[in-house]
Amino acid sequence: MAYSNDGRTVRSVENKLNLDHAKVKLARDTAGRIADRLHSWIGDYTTTTTERAAARLLGIDGVDKGGIPLANVLVDRLFEAGKLNRGLVPWLAGAVSALGESPQEIAGKVAEGQLDVSTVPEVPAEKWRETADLLADEAAAKIRATRQKREEKKKQASPPGKPLLYVIVATGNVYEDAVQAKAAAVQGADIVAVIRHTGQSLLDYVPYGPTAEGFGGTYATQENFRIVRKALDEAGEETGRYIQLVNYASGLCMPEISVMGAFERLDMMLNDAMYGILFRDINMKRTFIDQHFSRMINAYAGIIINTGEDNYLTTADAFEQGHTVLASQFINEQLALRSGLREEQIGLGHAFEIDPAREDGLLLEIAQAQLCRELFPRSPLKYMPPTKHVTGDIFRTYLVNGMFNLVSILTGQEIQLLGMLTEAIHTPFISDRYLSIANGKYIFNNARSLGDELFFKDNGRIRARAEKLLDDACSMLREIEKIGLEDAMEKGFFADIKRSSEGGKGSDGVIERHEQYYNPFMEIFMNNAEAGKGGLS
Amino acid sequence: MEIDLSRIKAYGDSLNDGAVQVSFTLPVPAGDEAKEAARQMALKMGLEEPAVAEMADLGAGFSFFVIYGKCMHTVNYEAIKIPRRQQLVMSFGEVNEMIRKEIKRKVVVVAACTGSDAHTVGIDAIINMKGYMGEYGLERYPEMEAYNLGSQVPNAELLAKAVELNADAILVSQVVTQKNIHLENLTELVELAEAEGLRDRVLLICGGPRISHELAIELGYDAGFGPGTLPNHVASYITAELVRRLKAESK
Repeated sequence: MAYSNDGRTVRSVENKLNLDHAKVKLARDTAGRIADRLHSWIGDYTTTTTERAAARLLGIDGVDKGGIPLANVLVDRLFEAGKLNRGLVPWLAGAVSALGESPQEIAGKVAEGQLDVSTVPEVPAEKWRETADLLADEAAAKIRATRQKREEKKKQASPPGKPLLYVIVATGNVYEDAVQAKAAAVQGADIVAVIRHTGQSLLDYVPYGPTAEGFGGTYATQENFRIVRKALDEAGEETGRYIQLVNYASGLCMPEISVMGAFERLDMMLNDAMYGILFRDINMKRTFIDQHFSRMINAYAGIIINTGEDNYLTTADAFEQGHTVLASQFINEQLALRSGLREEQIGLGHAFEIDPAREDGLLLEIAQAQLCRELFPRSPLKYMPPTKHVTGDIFRTYLVNGMFNLVSILTGQEIQLLGMLTEAIHTPFISDRYLSIANGKYIFNNARSLGDELFFKDNGRIRARAEKLLDDACSMLREIEKIGLEDAMEKGFFADIKRSSEGGKGSDGVIERHEQYYNPFMEIFMNNAEAGKGGLS
Repeated sequence: MEIDLSRIKAYGDSLNDGAVQVSFTLPVPAGDEAKEAARQMALKMGLEEPAVAEMADLGAGFSFFVIYGKCMHTVNYEAIKIPRRQQLVMSFGEVNEMIRKEIKRKVVVVAACTGSDAHTVGIDAIINMKGYMGEYGLERYPEMEAYNLGSQVPNAELLAKAVELNADAILVSQVVTQKNIHLENLTELVELAEAEGLRDRVLLICGGPRISHELAIELGYDAGFGPGTLPNHVASYITAELVRRLKAESK
């Protein structure tokens, strides 16, 4: 029996660690109050990328002559005219009903200088509201249709094994990515992530069109999404499976990338509530506001999010800071629920990063992985491979990755990001990916029912470690509750990284909402009973 | 066993057998033709009697090979000359002691991942309190003031910070090496430092998985640190080099 948010027990996950139900509830409730405190102000603000996401939802796409996305052009003009604090939708819907043209045509005219955002004739509120709601309904219908298509394709496909095999491609060239993604799918990958160009998270716009140059990865553009989606669908048809596509709704454009993903049928998005603050030094306020709308879109589109707690252990020590991963998972979960995501859509992240030289390190990894499993029984947990203690010795890395795979099958993880034997050397070769899939398949098959057979000893090392992790996570959450998440991040509670609440990039894109602010999508996405009926199937 | 150091060969299980293993992928589907192509490729690499130990179909028209063979080539070990950093490696305590005694002020170090590189794992291991593999990072050194500016720092910003803090050393980490982006970045920093007249006032040090001391020197750096570097290696180098320069000045 394990404990989920609504108190219902989840039968498939056993209480192997003999966890104290009251402590689990305490941790979850505390995280809930931490999330509520953020939500006491998140709704008072909007951001430039939130409004650009609304523009994209309403069909605005493309770039102006200078290569600037029309969504940016329009939002910038509205900002300069002091109109953005009411939201982009009221102005745009007003312009649509006054001028009788489509959002895209209007954005094009603004970009060409043919239309001044200040001179569009006013229309009565009921008129623009009607137009706004109509346009929003169309956009929502488009997302629902995409979700429907995913569900149909999944139904026709043979069901994947567990854990799902997740690999990355990172060539920098979308056409090369498509080839490699397809090859990975044919080799047996269930999920393919296209790693993003290293600098994209700090761009305050989304690049446009297909791209063939990127470092450490490929730009996330809507066209690139489409190209790889097509390649994976082809591979899926060849193999009779459904191959999931992943990208990054992170950085300065979280909600916009979610829109692109919702339209182009991405299946998963890296979409953490705090990652940008910690690892990209993005402004706190900006990130907390952006993640909210971004996650609402993912929820509605049936996209599974991946959170980034694994990253903490690349900067902080996995043995000493294991509990920070748990505390963060509880907070990420509560924030995600408040954006309409269901537990089945919340792929909480953790990692196999304890120094392999540590005696009994494997036991500690088992404790943490099993603990995550029992604390979040419905979450499609995303388990990340060793990277920190990996060297250029590819033979050793291959072995460590095997241990990682063993812990995963033993503890019932759901999304397995396969470790590459050439981690720490280069972005994966096609053969590295093949070998990683072979490693995973071998262990998942060979040790399939190991978890059903093994129990953990009373007062043994594994249970003791799990208990300590949970205790430490509870204390940490209580401390965060006292001072607030913003203060906790200023003090370096996560990943040993300190961020000031006012600092960071993108703070100029935060706008206080006018009392007449209107964004119809917030209501549609949050109130839809169908929202988030995605989940792993 | 007489080893001729002027003509060394790879070693498998007996001297001069030249045994090596290679693995690679060919963009053709697995099959007899692919296997023969792999064998011929190995021959061209200088492998005698190449044996294709494994051929695997990677799907989508690719095949993967593991090959063993006897590499015919020899290398003259005696003729090899590698430029070396000063070799002295001191402990955490010894470094601080040397700074107190010989430099008599705090040593200021500014560090960053520059350009578009977002991979801070290397610079964090060297700078952050925690350090790496049981060796404290430079932030923990009482006689050092270390600033980790994080990732994606423009070269100009890094230099400006170094001037502001009157840094003794600048540490640059470059992890992403796709299409040699790291070389461009590293070269740009040296050029900027020279243009600003800073080059002689500060130790320029780079590090990363694909960085060697040799490469660093070639690019115009004072030192380079590759894989396996621990914080005290870097701290030792900085301290000893600063002391050496101090002594040279006072002469």
